[in-house]
Amino acid sequence: MALSAKTRARKAKKHSEVKEVWRRFRKNKAAMIGLGLAILIVLVAVFADVIVPYDRTTTQVAEKRLQGPSSEHPFGTDHLGRDLFARIVHGSRYSLFIGVSTSVLSLVVGCLLGAACGYFGGRLDNVVMRLLDVFMSVPPVLLSLAVVAALGPNLRNLLIAITISCVPGTVRLIRSVVLTVVDQDFIDAARSYGASNLRIIVKYVLPNAIGPIIVHTTMNIANMILSAAGLSFIGMGVQPPAPEWGALLSSARVYMFRAPYLLYFPGSAILMAALSFNLVGDGLRDALDPRLRN
Amino acid sequence: MAAASESVLLEIEDLHVVYQTDLSTVYAVNGVDIRLDYGHTLGLVGETGAGKTTVALSILRLLPERTGRVSRGTIRIKGRDIMTLPEKEMREIRGQTVSMIFQDPMSALNPVITVGDQIAEAILLHDKQGLTRVQVEERVEEMLQMVGIEPERKNGYPHQFSGGMQQRVVISMALACNPDLLIADEPTTALDVTIQAQVLAMMRRLQEELGTAMIVISHDFGVVAETCDFVAVMYAGEIVEYGTAEEVLDGNIHHPYTVGLFGSIPSLESDAKRLSPIEGLMPDPTALPPGCKFAPRCPHRMDVCTEQKPDTYLIGDGDLKIMCHLFGEGTGK
Repeated sequence: MALSAKTRARKAKKHSEVKEVWRRFRKNKAAMIGLGLAILIVLVAVFADVIVPYDRTTTQVAEKRLQGPSSEHPFGTDHLGRDLFARIVHGSRYSLFIGVSTSVLSLVVGCLLGAACGYFGGRLDNVVMRLLDVFMSVPPVLLSLAVVAALGPNLRNLLIAITISCVPGTVRLIRSVVLTVVDQDFIDAARSYGASNLRIIVKYVLPNAIGPIIVHTTMNIANMILSAAGLSFIGMGVQPPAPEWGALLSSARVYMFRAPYLLYFPGSAILMAALSFNLVGDGLRDALDPRLRN
Repeated sequence: MAAASESVLLEIEDLHVVYQTDLSTVYAVNGVDIRLDYGHTLGLVGETGAGKTTVALSILRLLPERTGRVSRGTIRIKGRDIMTLPEKEMREIRGQTVSMIFQDPMSALNPVITVGDQIAEAILLHDKQGLTRVQVEERVEEMLQMVGIEPERKNGYPHQFSGGMQQRVVISMALACNPDLLIADEPTTALDVTIQAQVLAMMRRLQEELGTAMIVISHDFGVVAETCDFVAVMYAGEIVEYGTAEEVLDGNIHHPYTVGLFGSIPSLESDAKRLSPIEGLMPDPTALPPGCKFAPRCPHRMDVCTEQKPDTYLIGDGDLKIMCHLFGEGTGK
């Protein structure tokens, strides 16, 4: 009893002290680099029009096809003479939008289903989990492919496809965290004051499960950016001429030997975006882990 | 015994509770009768597993949903049978008519909400007058003051409070809506002895000030002696002895189990070298003996004890009731 009270005390501190988490996060160099990169990418996406006007991404200059990096075109030009720098800057909007929106979508669905399953249990839990098992038995990329193939390749369907492939994992995670929370006395206590189930889930269960949920969502953004780029690369996602990073890679692979920089820059952009959110997620996990407190 | 029904707050008749799993059925409560009038305090005493907490949870209808079940009997609060109430009306009763204090105050408080907000939550859940933010805050401060915590500390989180203060916060939450009945499930077990005394004295004081009826669950006769007018001794899901605090704690006539319990408490007066514990263990609640549940451990066991469940006999002129063949007809007392 004494031991569990102690761990609970520690856990309580974790939630009330955002500052403490930030202090530990700051000590983690890799996480700070990741955070820096992530902020940079967000800023680029937000101020894309300020950095370089959108029409630069579509302006085709025939005599400037496949030019290497220069002062005028820092990342060179593609096979239609379009400025690669402008296309990558504006492409960040796609990646970020897809990564964040699918993560948030699956978070919402995950919270609804996961909390309901973990909290109520019983038949609902069984039915939902078995359904999700069916989804999980199909590899995520294949599942997304199937959805896009069925609905047709465009941005909206890409979002749906990626979200579907990501929801089962999120539901499972949130359910498992909720299961550890619902057995605690303060849930019974809340019931004894006459709180309704919905109120208990929203005010008592989810706030106490927030740590792992935050980490999972951050990591998810990285994964979603990768799968979006992957699907666009094989032509099942955002369609050219939109400057999506995966689509850029896809159209550049024909010129792999003549203009390798066409692969380097979008490739590095994808790498940076995915890596940054992964590092942040890792750092958050360590910072939120009560066992690593000192 | 047919007192005016207006004075009766809680009436439990022939309560049976079972916990059912795939593998076995645990008979946790086996025919408990309790009557509690407004403003009275009842102590439920017994060893671990005697069914004390199960009785308490049944009153609030908070038995574990998938396993716990009231198999027989009725519970009436203010004359209303709560076994058939819809969940929504049950929520009205929880907190407002009956509220509960849990054993471990640390785990009974939500670690991510400030204590002030938690008390406010308890108030708002049953707010019928449409209190404003300011009024709620005032009430929160009033509650904290009542349990002896400076109102400025309402912005603190549970982990910033000591165990005793946490229990005070829990008590203030339980009392926030002026319940008619407060159930305290081992309210001081998780606290050390000096804090125990403080919390008990405070509970006693609040009980007298507010006139709240109280059921105190404990395995500690000291706690019960400190707080209760009536005492019920539970064994294996039955009340084996019931009476006023004086009758049960200081009287001379007892159920053999109660005698055994007293024998296992160290006394200041006698200089016994050893305590005399009750031989044996509580019967397995999945397979209870057919007759008296205490028979296998009873020093006064008779043939009838293993065959037939004893009746409850009224002893003397007071309230003392004992469930034992020793006091039955023909066997003399």
